[in-house]
Amino acid sequence: MPQVSLTVNGTKHTVEVEARTLLVELLREKLRLTGTHVGCDTSQCGACVVHMGGDSIKSCTILAVQCEGADVTTIEGLAAADGTLHPMQEAFREYHALQCGFCTPGMVMSAIDLVNKHPDGMSEKEIREGLEGNLCRCTGYHNIVKAIAAASDVMQGRTAELTPAAAE
Amino acid sequence: MNAVQPFEGIGASVRRKEDFRFLQGRGMYTDDINRPGQTHAFILRSPHAHATIQGIDTAAAKAMPGVLAVFTSADMTAIGGIPCGWQIHNKDGTPMAEPKHPVLAEGKVRHVGDPVAVVVAETRAQARDAAEAIVVDYAPLQGVSSTEAAIAPGAPAVHDGVAGNLCYDWHIGDKATTDAAFAKAAKVVKFSTTNNRLVPNAMEPRAAIGEFDAMSGDYTLYTTSQNPHVIRLLMGAFVLSIPESKLRVVAPDVGGGFGSKIYHYAEEAIVTWASAKVKRPIKWTADRTESFMSDAHGRDHVSTAELALDTDGKILGLKVHTLANMGAYLSTFAPCVPTYLYATLLSGVYATPVIYAEVKAVFTNTVPVDAYRGAGRPEATYLLERLMDVAAREIGMDRVEFRKKNFIPTAAFPYQTPVALQYDSGDYFSTLAGALETSGWATFEERRSEAKARGKLRGIGISTYVEACGIAPSAVVGSLGARAGLYEVGTIRVHPTGSVTVLTGTHSHGQGHETTLAQLVADKLGVPMANIDIVHGDTAKVPFGMGTYGSRSLAVGGSAMDKAMDKIIAKGKRIAAHLMEASVDDVEFERGTFRVAGTDKTKSLTDISLAAYVPHNYPIDEIEPGLDETAFYDPKNFTYPGGCHICEVEIDPDTGKVSVMGFTAVDDVGRVINPMIVEGQVQGGVAQGIGQALLEAAIYDADGQLISGSMMDYTMPRADDLAPVSVATHTTLCTHNPLGVKGCGEVGAIGSPPAVMNAVVDALRDFGVNHVEMPATPAKIWNIINGHRMAAE
Repeated sequence: MPQVSLTVNGTKHTVEVEARTLLVELLREKLRLTGTHVGCDTSQCGACVVHMGGDSIKSCTILAVQCEGADVTTIEGLAAADGTLHPMQEAFREYHALQCGFCTPGMVMSAIDLVNKHPDGMSEKEIREGLEGNLCRCTGYHNIVKAIAAASDVMQGRTAELTPAAAE
Repeated sequence: MNAVQPFEGIGASVRRKEDFRFLQGRGMYTDDINRPGQTHAFILRSPHAHATIQGIDTAAAKAMPGVLAVFTSADMTAIGGIPCGWQIHNKDGTPMAEPKHPVLAEGKVRHVGDPVAVVVAETRAQARDAAEAIVVDYAPLQGVSSTEAAIAPGAPAVHDGVAGNLCYDWHIGDKATTDAAFAKAAKVVKFSTTNNRLVPNAMEPRAAIGEFDAMSGDYTLYTTSQNPHVIRLLMGAFVLSIPESKLRVVAPDVGGGFGSKIYHYAEEAIVTWASAKVKRPIKWTADRTESFMSDAHGRDHVSTAELALDTDGKILGLKVHTLANMGAYLSTFAPCVPTYLYATLLSGVYATPVIYAEVKAVFTNTVPVDAYRGAGRPEATYLLERLMDVAAREIGMDRVEFRKKNFIPTAAFPYQTPVALQYDSGDYFSTLAGALETSGWATFEERRSEAKARGKLRGIGISTYVEACGIAPSAVVGSLGARAGLYEVGTIRVHPTGSVTVLTGTHSHGQGHETTLAQLVADKLGVPMANIDIVHGDTAKVPFGMGTYGSRSLAVGGSAMDKAMDKIIAKGKRIAAHLMEASVDDVEFERGTFRVAGTDKTKSLTDISLAAYVPHNYPIDEIEPGLDETAFYDPKNFTYPGGCHICEVEIDPDTGKVSVMGFTAVDDVGRVINPMIVEGQVQGGVAQGIGQALLEAAIYDADGQLISGSMMDYTMPRADDLAPVSVATHTTLCTHNPLGVKGCGEVGAIGSPPAVMNAVVDALRDFGVNHVEMPATPAKIWNIINGHRMAAE
C-alpha cells in the first residue's frame, strides 16, 4: 500500500493509504480529525475545506498520495494552544454565523483564505462571491458575510478588537 | 452562587454555548463516531424508477475482499415494513391506501434509489466495490412521476391493489355553504399553480451506526435524527420487534434536518438488524447522491383555487383542489402534510367565511415526499398569497388595501376559521405596517423608475401569512389520524451544589437549544448559564420525547421544562419553609431566592438543593429527598406565528436573471427568548424561500428518472444568490402556553416564496404576465420577456 508523509496541524504523520484514498478520508479516518466534513460528492459544498501550504483546498478533491510533504491545517489546528479562538472563529460566534455547525469548519477555513488573499479588505459583494464554493443550508449566509467582514478588520489590523454585533 | 446576570435571561441575545465545539471541529456528528470493531455498509439502490426484480445474484459480491455479508429482502422475512405515523380517511370514511413499505425491495422497485441489497464489509470502499458485483435482474416497467399522470386512466400501477394510484381522496370544510357563497359572488377569481418539489439537502448527509451487544441483547442505534425516541418507537415496535428497554437510539450532533431527518428510514433498520447478524457494529453514511434519491423530498403540489368576492372586494369564500405527490411509499408524516398542515391553513390571515378544500394524494415512482421546512404551510401560503395578488389585479384594487380589507380584525381573536383551526392571537395590521415602513413600500415607484432608466425591471411583492406550529394537542391530532401523542417531556435536575442539568425530549440540529433552553432556566431559577447543561438526543438519558419539528421545541418542549421548574419551585418552597421555620404559603421565589414574604429571611436555590440531597435537617417524613422533577406537557392548541414579508427584485431583461435587491420580514413569533437566534432562524428560512422561488426544483422525467440528482444539477442557494434580509418582530403572546411563545423555525420558509414571486410578477407587469411558476429561472424569465418582444414585433 502506498505511503504518504505530511504535516497536519504542525504534527508530522506517515500513513499507509490505498491509492484511491482522498485527503479528507485520510484526515477523518486515519488521523481521526473529524472536524473536516464531507457534505457532497461533487466538490460543490466546501464542508471539507482545509489549508494546504496556506491555500484553501477542497480535501475531497485531492488524493492523499498527492499530499506528500504537504503542510496541512484543519479546523482543529486554528485555535491557539491556550484555547484562544482564531479571530474568524470568534467572529462566527459573535455574529451567529453558524447554526448546525456542519458547514462551519469548511466555511471558516475558506473565509480565512479569502481574507488573506484580500489584504485591503472586501466589499459585501466580494465576500459573497468569495463564498461561491461553500454551501450552508441553515443561515442564509447573511451573518457569515458579516462575520467575515468583522474578522477581516481584526486580521488586517483595521480594528484592534472584534467589532461586536449590533445590539438587538 | 452568583446571581443571574441580567443579560442571560429571556430576551437577551446570549451567544451560543454550542458554538465552541462546532467552531473548533469538535462537534460529534454520527459519521464522526467510530465504534470498536466497526464495519461498513453500502446500500445497493435501484437505478430504475419502476421494475420487477427477477433475481438477485450475490455470490460474486460475497466472495469479494473484506465482505462479511450481503443481505437482500429474502434474508429479512421476519421483519416488518416501515410504518406510517398518520392515517388519513377518505371522504367516504374509509382509510387511506397504505401499501407495505419494505426495508429492502421485495420483488419490485418503485423509485430510483429504492434500496435493493446491503453489503457489509471491513471498509466502506470494499462494501462499495462488492455492491458493484451484485447482479440484479431487473425487468423495467413503465414508471410515472407526476401526480396528474399518475391518476390518469391507464397509468402504471405503483402498487398492486392501489386503484388509480390514489392514496386518499380527502376534504375539509363545508361544500354546500361554499357553493352557496360562490352563487352569490360578484366576482370569482381562479388560479392554478404547481408548488415545485424540493430536495432538503441538510448539509450533513444521513448516517447510522447499528451495534448489538450479544451478552445483554441490547441494541444501540446512532442516527442522524430529529427525534430519537420516535425512531426507537417506530423501529422497535413495528419493524424489528425490539422492546424499548433493549433499544437505545442516540441522535448526537446533527447537521441540519429541516424535516428530512424526522422519519424512520430503511437504513436505520438495516444497520441495527444486520449488526446482530454480523455481530459487529455497522456504519452507513450516505453520499450526497444517495441523499438526493433517498431523503424524503418536500412540496410537489398541483392546485387550483377559486376565490369568491363581493362587489367591495370582500372575500365570500374559497375553493381549493389539490393533487399532492406522496412518492412511492408513505413516509412517516407524509399523509398529514397536504391535509392537516396545508388545507387547515387556507384561511390564512383573512376572515374567509367559508372554505371547501379537496386533496387527492397520489403514489408515483419518485422518492417519498414528506414534511420539509414549513411542511404544507408554505404550499398553503404560496397558493393563497399568489391568489390574493391575482385577485387584486383582476378587480383593480391595490394589493395592500385588498389584504387589509380582508384581514381578521385584531379584536377578533380567538378566531375560529372554517377549516378547523382556532387562532389564539395575532395582529396582522401591525406586522404589515412595520414591513411596509421598513421596506420603503411607499417610495418603491421611484426605485422602479430609476431601475428602468438603467434598463432593469424592478418589482416589489408582499406576503401576509399565518402558520400553525408547536404541534400539537395529542387528542386533537389523534382525532385527525396521528398514531402518536405530540406532548413533550422535560426534566429539571438541580444538583446538590446548585448546577442544573436539563433533559429534554426535543432535539437541536442547528436551532441553538443548548443556549435558548438554558436561558429559560437562567431566567426562572436564577442559575448562571455556565451552570446549566442541556441534554438531548439519547433515549438512554432522556426519559421520553417526541423530538423537534413543526417549530415545537420551545412552545411544547420549553413549556414542559417550565412546568418541571414549577415543580422544582413548589418543592423548594416546602423545603425552604422548613429551613426558615415559616409557613409554605409565606414563601416566595424569584430568580434563585426563596424569601419569607415581608421579611429579610432568604435561602438560595443552592441552600435548598444542598438540603434536598444532604437531608440532615429535613422534613423527611413529608418530603422525599432530591430536587429532580419531570413534566410532560401536552399543548392546548397549535401556536400561530404570522407576519408580513416584502421582497424587492430586479430583472435583467437581457439574461432573465432575477436578483433579490432587498427582503423585509416582520414576524410575530410570540415572546422572543433570544433575538439573535430568532433573527438567524428567520434569515435561514427566507433563504430557503428565495431558493424555492428562484433556483430550486427536483426534476424527474415523465417515467421517474431523477434528473436533478446532484448538487451540480440541483441549484442550491449560494451567498451571492441572496441579499441581506431585514428581520424584525412584533409580538403578540401565545395565550395558551406558559411562555407565550409561538415558534420561529419555519416562518421564513413559509412567508417568503409568494413575496418573491409577487415581486417577479410585478416586475414583469408590462409584459402582460399574470403568473410565473417557481422557480423563476433565468431561462424561464428570458423566454417570457423574449416571447413578449417577438409577439410585439
